Amino acid sequence: MTPARRNLTSFLLLSPTLLVMALCGVVPMGFVAFYAVHDTFGGNSFIFVGATWFRQILASPDFYWALLRSLGFSLLVLSVELPLGIYVALKMPARGVAASALTVLFTIPLLTPAIVVGYLWAAMTLPNAGLLFEALAGLGLKLDMNQPAVVWMVLIAMDAWHWTGLVVLLCYAGLRAIPDDYYRAARIDGASSWAVFRHIQLPKLRTVLMVAVLLRFMDSFIIYTEPYVVARGGPGVATTFLSRELVQTALVEFNLGEGGAMAVVYFGIVLAVSWAFFSLVVSKQARPA
Amino acid sequence: MTRRPLGRFSLAPALYALFIAVPLYWLVVMSLKTNAEISSRFAPFPQSPTFENFQVIFDDPAWYLGYVNALTYVLMNVAISVTVAVPAAFAFARYRFTGSGVLFFGLLTFRMMAPAILLVPFVQIFSDLGLIDTHIAVAVAHCFFNVPIAVWILEGFIAGIPREIDASARLDGYSLLGYFRRILLPLIAPGIAVTAFFCFMFSWVEVLLANGLTVVAAKPINGIMSRAGSVNIADIPLLAAAGVLGLIPGLVLVVFMRRHLARGFSMGRVV
Repeated sequence: MTPARRNLTSFLLLSPTLLVMALCGVVPMGFVAFYAVHDTFGGNSFIFVGATWFRQILASPDFYWALLRSLGFSLLVLSVELPLGIYVALKMPARGVAASALTVLFTIPLLTPAIVVGYLWAAMTLPNAGLLFEALAGLGLKLDMNQPAVVWMVLIAMDAWHWTGLVVLLCYAGLRAIPDDYYRAARIDGASSWAVFRHIQLPKLRTVLMVAVLLRFMDSFIIYTEPYVVARGGPGVATTFLSRELVQTALVEFNLGEGGAMAVVYFGIVLAVSWAFFSLVVSKQARPA
Repeated sequence: MTRRPLGRFSLAPALYALFIAVPLYWLVVMSLKTNAEISSRFAPFPQSPTFENFQVIFDDPAWYLGYVNALTYVLMNVAISVTVAVPAAFAFARYRFTGSGVLFFGLLTFRMMAPAILLVPFVQIFSDLGLIDTHIAVAVAHCFFNVPIAVWILEGFIAGIPREIDASARLDGYSLLGYFRRILLPLIAPGIAVTAFFCFMFSWVEVLLANGLTVVAAKPINGIMSRAGSVNIADIPLLAAAGVLGLIPGLVLVVFMRRHLARGFSMGRVV
């Protein structure tokens, strides 16, 4: 095919996706960028204000703290869920009824609506009614949801409950696809189980781990519903993450300009992170040839 | 030393299964308690199990239509996402065209956008289009995170299919459309299953947009729950019952698709 023909065919194949993404991605982002450089009266007359909102945000400690909390939450979540998920996947039975049953069980939390997860974990921590509260009380510990550190731990446990299954299922499928011959060869060479993991299993898990890291980073970084349901973003603002800060500004205080500018800054961060990820990991593997 | 591919049965999966199962057990237990019981004293199992919480939901269209609404826009979203993503994924997997790298990266970037950012413009756009409180509005809005992931997953599966198959199909006189229908789609069936699963999952669990773009007619169960929860925080058993029912569509999906999922989750190109 000539390059021009190839471009035309590709464009035709891509056009449905481009159309949908224009409507639900590009156009809304355009609106956000517009809000970010305007001030509004009553939501229908706009005045151009340039970079005023950006200066305001970049001088606001609240914004930096929310950003820091979001990044911290993502890092903690990844450092719990990845090792746990890989380990469980390695130890899962290869086949049989147990494997099927575990697969189904591990998938259930993934399909639990965020709001149900939030209510469930909020209810677990209630004095006199919550299983977690009472179990800890039985051990002589008091689950004090007024302690920021305690709320953070509950949120991490909640997120691990909700999403570690994704890592397990991805890794499990990746491991299943490794031919038995590899293990036989390793056994002949007298490889330790760490060596088998390091040199056979881990490299084969590269693709699925990439998917897992990317999805878990993105979704934990923008977490919104669960922390709010569990602890109203508190105590204080201890678990008020970036998404909440944004919605609070744009919808509750109805400050579209500041909310929009925040969103643009957020978009810049997202762009930087996905660019780093893309150039470090994705482009190294066999990209479209 | 005999070593099976995935190691012997060990304690780790069992302990993790327990960690998953206990909160689920608690959700079911709470749904079977009465309000009076849950607020009086702690008991690890219901003293006098009751289905009255479920009865409330089944008797009230405002409740049970929430499941119908959620399922409607989720299935619409899955259909749209998979349909538009297959040809796009094919283009990315097979052709190197002008701007392919940038476009692929651009798509991934949208997957990283927060629903919170896009809520305000979505409300404005769908109001202008007269689509607020419709299923299609939520289904389209959810595309911004599902279409990129669908393209990404499917691209992996299509790239895993040898090009010789394309060439021989062309020699056999298949058009591009015929090739898609007769050859490509059957070959990437596990990929389509896992893509549909991902889209279903992300659309089904999302609350902010689904709630923000609907009022009554298309209000999903998530939105109804958040309203009920903010009106009366004490009504845990009812919310738990609503939560238990909210697990069922996902459970049905998993049980039906578990074979495909086990293969599909390897994302097509593991070797």
